[in-house]
Amino acid sequence: MLMLPAFAMLAFVFVLPLAWFFTQALFAEGGIQQIASVIASRAVLQAILATNWISLLVTACVLLAGYPIAYYLANRRGLRFTLVVFCIIVPYFTSIIVRTYSWMVLLGRAGVINRLLQSAGLIEAPLPLLYNKLGIVIGMTYVLLPYMVLTLFATMKSIDRNLLLAASGLGAGGFAVFWRVYLPLSRHGILSGALIVFILSIGFFITPALMGGPSDVMVAMLIERSVEITLDWKSAAVMSLFLLAVTLVLYAVYYRITDLRRLMGA
Amino acid sequence: MQRILAGYVTAMCLLLMAPIVIVVILAFSGAGYLQFPPTALSLRWFARFLGDDQWRAALWYSLVIGAIACTIATTIGFFAAYALVRRPIAAKKLLLSLLLLPVIVPTVITAIAMYFLSARLGLVGNVLWIGCCHAVVALPVVLLILLATLQGVDVNLERAALSLGSSRLRLFLRVVVPLAAPGIISAALFAFLASFDELIISLFLTGIRAQTLPVRIWNSLHMQIEPTIAAVSAVLIGITGLVLLLDASLRRWRAARTGAGT
Amino acid sequence: MNRAPLPAGRGALELSGLTKRYGNERVVDSVSAAIRPGEFFSLLGPSGSGKTTTLMMIAGFIAPDEGRITVDGADFTAVPPQRRGFGMVFQNYAIFPHLDVFENVAFPLRARRVAQPEIRRRVGEALELVRLERFARRTVRQLSGGQQQRVAIARAIVFQPAIVLMDEPLGALDKNLRYDMQVEIKDIQQRLGMTVIYVTHDQEEAMNMSDRIAIMSSGRVEQVGPPDLIYERPANAFVGRFLGEANLLEGSIEKVHEGEAELRTRDGLLLRGRIDGTAQPGQQAALFVRPEKLAGGAGDAAANRANGILRRRSFLGSVIRTTIDIGPTTQLTMDSPNSGHGLHLQPGAEIAVHWPVAHSILLTP
Repeated sequence: MLMLPAFAMLAFVFVLPLAWFFTQALFAEGGIQQIASVIASRAVLQAILATNWISLLVTACVLLAGYPIAYYLANRRGLRFTLVVFCIIVPYFTSIIVRTYSWMVLLGRAGVINRLLQSAGLIEAPLPLLYNKLGIVIGMTYVLLPYMVLTLFATMKSIDRNLLLAASGLGAGGFAVFWRVYLPLSRHGILSGALIVFILSIGFFITPALMGGPSDVMVAMLIERSVEITLDWKSAAVMSLFLLAVTLVLYAVYYRITDLRRLMGA
Repeated sequence: MQRILAGYVTAMCLLLMAPIVIVVILAFSGAGYLQFPPTALSLRWFARFLGDDQWRAALWYSLVIGAIACTIATTIGFFAAYALVRRPIAAKKLLLSLLLLPVIVPTVITAIAMYFLSARLGLVGNVLWIGCCHAVVALPVVLLILLATLQGVDVNLERAALSLGSSRLRLFLRVVVPLAAPGIISAALFAFLASFDELIISLFLTGIRAQTLPVRIWNSLHMQIEPTIAAVSAVLIGITGLVLLLDASLRRWRAARTGAGT
Repeated sequence: MNRAPLPAGRGALELSGLTKRYGNERVVDSVSAAIRPGEFFSLLGPSGSGKTTTLMMIAGFIAPDEGRITVDGADFTAVPPQRRGFGMVFQNYAIFPHLDVFENVAFPLRARRVAQPEIRRRVGEALELVRLERFARRTVRQLSGGQQQRVAIARAIVFQPAIVLMDEPLGALDKNLRYDMQVEIKDIQQRLGMTVIYVTHDQEEAMNMSDRIAIMSSGRVEQVGPPDLIYERPANAFVGRFLGEANLLEGSIEKVHEGEAELRTRDGLLLRGRIDGTAQPGQQAALFVRPEKLAGGAGDAAANRANGILRRRSFLGSVIRTTIDIGPTTQLTMDSPNSGHGLHLQPGAEIAVHWPVAHSILLTP
């Protein structure tokens, strides 16, 4: 009974538009035959490849960058903990468009980094940091890093410190303790963190649209373009359905491996 | 080893904060282009932001839509969270995962679908409708905060109120809401922020009539990277900071409400 | 508190066949009891015995799968908790942290729309009764555990309920304070004449306060009765063991005669004891006797007698506990008052013990 408003809201403002959009756009004139031709088109295939490649790259970067931070947080308290959390949380809650804009200011040809490097005499011509894959990966890694750190932190916090003491007590060295005990124990967090980052990556729009080059088109951008520029609703619907299906499958996996109590205690 | 780790984490923290800090500094720059570090400080970009009718209108729409979204999301989210925590509902996890879907489904798809329907219904540019759409996206945030809050409210307090003759309505108004108040305010703040920062749905739904700040930034970014945007960004960052600050000060209150008596 | 005791006859509570299942498990299994007006009735049992679930069903927070709850003749089974009108005290006190002491106690009165001057008078009286009149405007966090408990009690009685339910109310207090609070609660109950249903896992607490105790185990009521009766004449081995120390000597019945029977232990010792109900020769049984009923020495022929080797002596303060081997598989525990002139045998010494047949109960499984 109390859940009713929430589900009604979800049904009317979320599920209904999606269902309406898919049925209307997919079964409009031309029928279903076109669906295959949309998926098989060169632009779409390229976008799918680019999306996967960029998402994998971003997930890897976020994991590598985030793991040590989460590890540090899990083992610290007091002021240092608060400071690091502050540095994670402030970007996390800052508007994505603002965060993307900030990186554009830093990475542009006449941006802060290139100017500093040039005035220091380290480079002569400005480095191409923006409007290419590098720009996308930097921007997306920055935006998604907090998700990974917070997920990993939740898992690491629940690792029993006594297990590590026991391992060293049994004669394992510092590296062995980490590699044989800590890493396997944090595997669950790595998996769910990587999944959530990948799920969010494949649907990313703002950052790649602003920071990518002309050839770096991700699926979400292609969807937006077919609606905004070519008014090709059918292609947009086909690609959306494909992207949605992949997202939901991955979310189902995430649902299976994630403990809800952790989510609820977040 | 510990020292390398500490060094790395310090560097990452600087890197995480650097873009935000630099943009805020640039917003106060006196130069006509983006130069860092700025040679002179001024408020001219803020003046230009607030002096421009379109930017002012965008700020106004952002605030109004944010307020609508936050009211709707917090209200329905509170009831849903209460039911999830207190009622013996089967498949709680499944229900919650459904309620969290709006953050999982790529926003571009949601936005296009919403636009597709809104265009037919003539709702593009309707502030109330945009607020509703934002509320759906803000709902997961509200739910997660309120679930944690309500789980912290001792169920025996509610039982005590009932055993003392309190009606269900009185239980809600005099016990549950006051006890959960810090969490409710927190949830409302973050719901507001979620709407205030939302870009993609706004991009499709605001039309030309009700453009919000992120939409205006987006449109300007396609033209040029000018310092006015830095000033607008600084305002957005400032509001984020304010929300986080308020939330932090609510935390103590929250602890006092849910931690006492046990 | 200058208040007339409750009108006699209000506050009778009858449970008949109360049952609660979670999945296949019967957490509460057809619990029945008739609680009299003004009675102090305890539900005593180990954790997981279903006593709190039973109380929650009485309070109306958990709906029973079977059975009925009747209050003064009226069926309360489906009445929602807020209309039952029972006072309730919780283990963790459940004081509203957003209200001060006065408002906590006034809560049930405000819910009943009592006029403000009347509220002031009655809250004042209730706080006086629990000796907290000077703390009315304190917040909960400024109170000690014992004070918080008093607030909870004042709040549960301020609207003069005929029945008050208490769920391990002293569980969080330390031992000395607990005893003082037991006396205080009992005192208030007797002054106001209300019925109290009291859940506890502490045997001494239940015996100290209760008019009658229901011993619960795995969802069932094992025995109901006044504390001394349950202590002296347990209905079965579980009750005997749960309510203090017990010797239980197993064997088979040889002869039954007019409420008495003879039992041959596995080590061949012949003992006599009282028996309730029927028993057949050859039936397996256990002879129950409390350690403090045992005495050193040979005793006369009318008593149960045994000889053995002293195995261990434990000094427990007011009592000295002796463990005696009286056969290859049988041990006896004897408690002697630490009167200063008892036996001072060392482990390994031979010792004779005896105890009255009147304090020996034969329990059949």
